[in-house]
Amino acid sequence: MAKVEVDVPPKGGFSFDLCRRNDMLSKKGINPPSYLKTGTTIVGLIFQDGVILGADTRATEGPIVADKNCEKIHYMAPNIYCCGAGTAADTEAVTDTISSQLKLHRYHTGRESRVVTALTLLKSHLFRYQGHVSAALVLGGVDVTGPHLHTIYPHGSTDTLPFATMGSGSLAAMAVFESKYHEGLSKDEGVKLVCEAICSGIFNDLGSGSNVDICVITKGQKEYLRNHLLPNPRTYVSSKGYSFTKKTEVLLTKITPLKELVDVIEGGDAMEE
Amino acid sequence: MKLLDSTDSGNSSSIERTQYPYVTGTSVIGIKYKDGILMAADMGASYGSTLRYKSVERVKPVGKHSLIGASGEISDFQEILRSLDELILYDNMWDDGNSLGPKEVHNYLTRMMYNRRNKFDPLWNSLVLGGVKNGQKYLGMVSMIGVHFEDNHVATGFGNHLARPILRDEWHENLTFEDGVKLLEKCMRVLLYRDRSAVNKLQIAKITEEGVTVSQPYALKTFWNFNAFQNPTVGAEGSW
Repeated sequence: MAKVEVDVPPKGGFSFDLCRRNDMLSKKGINPPSYLKTGTTIVGLIFQDGVILGADTRATEGPIVADKNCEKIHYMAPNIYCCGAGTAADTEAVTDTISSQLKLHRYHTGRESRVVTALTLLKSHLFRYQGHVSAALVLGGVDVTGPHLHTIYPHGSTDTLPFATMGSGSLAAMAVFESKYHEGLSKDEGVKLVCEAICSGIFNDLGSGSNVDICVITKGQKEYLRNHLLPNPRTYVSSKGYSFTKKTEVLLTKITPLKELVDVIEGGDAMEE
Repeated sequence: MKLLDSTDSGNSSSIERTQYPYVTGTSVIGIKYKDGILMAADMGASYGSTLRYKSVERVKPVGKHSLIGASGEISDFQEILRSLDELILYDNMWDDGNSLGPKEVHNYLTRMMYNRRNKFDPLWNSLVLGGVKNGQKYLGMVSMIGVHFEDNHVATGFGNHLARPILRDEWHENLTFEDGVKLLEKCMRVLLYRDRSAVNKLQIAKITEEGVTVSQPYALKTFWNFNAFQNPTVGAEGSW
């Protein structure tokens, strides 16, 4: 009996097809481009009425700052936001994917999304890719069951915590949280503590910098405070501005409308299939 | 190919390679305060991932004017203490009314650490050296490769990541003794929560113009009763 090669669709999971080829290339000295990492400080904390998420705004590519003011707090649902650390493409893609899945789920059930739903979707996705999707996330939101805060690691494990930090600046931020967090924080105290933690990351960690973004989520309401604090303003701006060198002189300006040179057929036939 | 060490330093003829630390102590934190220097270190020494010794004094006085605290390999620290002992002894034998101050001891340690590192045979320690002489406060640090500097507050090991941000924010000139101890305890508490090789048994040492006091070992109070720790999956049964 002849063997028939059937095209079986992939069953899911990470496709390791290109690994041997990549290995061979790297042995020959051709390395893949380096990732745009977010080298970050992201934090979350639960206060009296809800959740506060905070993040810095620096994206690094090796030793260079690629984006001085990027957005690390991603939208998941009207009541759920997610901060992402690690490879920027991975955090963007994974949060966008799960956000659209949540929207479809909302249409299907007719109810507000729950934080555990986002948590389970994210963690199963990351586990399937066995840590190759390098996204470390702080997920926070308020749903019918109350405020929730979770951390999700690239391999798919999760923690449920009253305060959490992730990223390269996580130790600096955690030092602030461990010494100053207590239960029953008011909104202003909470925002102040999150700002302090992110500033601690910004000033003590090289991978974090620029500004502080905050997102406050309470029952039925959210406040996205983009660039809430700008502790690194650009000083020493020359008052004279920049004077450009003498440009080439303009000798003649003539405008020729293209209609004179081209035949325009108004309302022609529709394109053929 | 055997490479012989043919100097007459009396060393063995084989090359000494970088060692691996076996019994290690974790972070040491030091700060300057109004009357002198405060240094804190816990009393644990780990053998790999086992907490082997729980009564190791990692902060010791040196001569009349200095305090040394060490993290890293404990046997290397004991060797350093022997060398310092010899140094102070020879200085006393001069009997010239002058004694080695913290700046001099710091310099001696720097030379020692850097020379060993150049021979690929480092003393695997990060040392904190503090003292007061003639009213001048001095606080410095030497690492195992010979990096040395002087500052108002220093930390080694994990303390670099966890304690330094707190010290940068909250240290100021002319801290009183109580405020200094509170600040050190705050840092040590964070280290206790977040450093796996920390033990809850610490000593705080103080050095002023009058002399050295090393406190009795004591434990810090910790708080574990957050609501979220009691019942983490409330509202989300089955998740973790």
